[in-house]
Amino acid sequence: MIDFEELAVEDVSRHFGRRKALSKITFTARAGSILGLLGPNGAGKSTLLAILGTLLLPTSGRVRYGTHADASADLRARIGMLGHDLYLYPELTARENLAFFAALYGDADPGGAADRALARASLAERANDPVASFSRGMRQRVALERALIHGPRLLLLDEPFTGLDEASVAALLARLRDLKTQGAIVVLATHDLDVAEGLFDRAVFIRDGRMMEAVTGSEALRATYRAVMTKAK
Amino acid sequence: MSGFLRVAWIVLRKDLTVEVRSREVVYTTLFFAVSCVLVFAFALVKEGRALEDAAAGILWIAIAFAGTLALGRTFERERQSETLRALLLAPADRPAIYVGKLAGIVALLLAAEAILVPLIALLFQAAGLLAQPLWLIAVLVTGTLGYCAVGTLFAAMLVRARSRDVLLPVLLYPITIPVIIAGVRGTAALLEPAPDLPMVRFWVSLLVAFDAVFITLALWTFEPLMTE
Repeated sequence: MIDFEELAVEDVSRHFGRRKALSKITFTARAGSILGLLGPNGAGKSTLLAILGTLLLPTSGRVRYGTHADASADLRARIGMLGHDLYLYPELTARENLAFFAALYGDADPGGAADRALARASLAERANDPVASFSRGMRQRVALERALIHGPRLLLLDEPFTGLDEASVAALLARLRDLKTQGAIVVLATHDLDVAEGLFDRAVFIRDGRMMEAVTGSEALRATYRAVMTKAK
Repeated sequence: MSGFLRVAWIVLRKDLTVEVRSREVVYTTLFFAVSCVLVFAFALVKEGRALEDAAAGILWIAIAFAGTLALGRTFERERQSETLRALLLAPADRPAIYVGKLAGIVALLLAAEAILVPLIALLFQAAGLLAQPLWLIAVLVTGTLGYCAVGTLFAAMLVRARSRDVLLPVLLYPITIPVIIAGVRGTAALLEPAPDLPMVRFWVSLLVAFDAVFITLALWTFEPLMTE
């Protein structure tokens, strides 16, 4: 199994026909850190996450996962992704969803992996209920466990706070801090800094597909966020 | 079980479980296919006598139309929650995912055909359809497999296209014409007063060749086509 300690995005551009969705994005993220990908809606954050998740090829530039750059199956085994949509089958129960993905990732005991994931999400009692009957917050918790079921090194999150109440946001933030402590590289895209305040070790700002700035420190982060979002309006 | 077959089986089992819960694709496909057969029966059966050789053509028209519906709905399900992305993100062989989806659609269509065949035999006085059941199964399985092999690839490719419902039949029908022709001719040979088995064998062999070509091409192109 391959592993990596650093994610390096080097001059990544992506064009859809004549439209430039991303233009020369460059940054790095280390294991045990949370990187924020901030910018207004339509800035190119989801496109960048799809490239980091090997679902989309960059038009130019490259992404390095430690020493690895080819989107092999072994590399995909180290990446977890939680998109704006939750990647769950509403007709299946929470346990069936998690067991399906655990089996797909080659887990020898997918049922056991699903049970442990449901316990972590405090959803063991609803294990056999269809996901369609869950609230948005509960679905989000199942979806996060789906993204983590194979113990990925790199976790990509796209607007994970959308539609969550305060308690669910707090639970998600606590889980992300745990993952950071365990050595994961977390890349979280959001247009809403308020809910993620204090979470990021570093933030990269994107607007109209261009990288505006990479900042550390909460005051600089807040000031840059205000400036970028104001210009976007 | 090899990793490839294991992944295909996991995807197939998931698709069948989802279908057993929702029964959406099997009911809509069956309803559409039966409606199609009934319309043709009203048009082509006069005073209790069916048009000669119509049964084979109508069977394959119903399979082609219902198949398009099943292909579209199966992948629409993967699009709604973007689960196709999660499948592609898994470290599994992507062609194995294709094989799992293909097997699920073939199973659904064969289930629909199990009801269509006796219905057509009854409405079009085509008892010959049931006279050589093994040869009929051979024609149906190889024809359905060839049709779905191309259809599954196109449906997966078009899953994010805005006009996918229009594009799927526009792309699928011209390419699968050889499969439909072979299916119709093979079935028609079974319907002759004395079934022309050498001719049935010829068309089944041709269908097997089509299947081999279509499945090989699909396995070869699925991964690059699905990586946007």
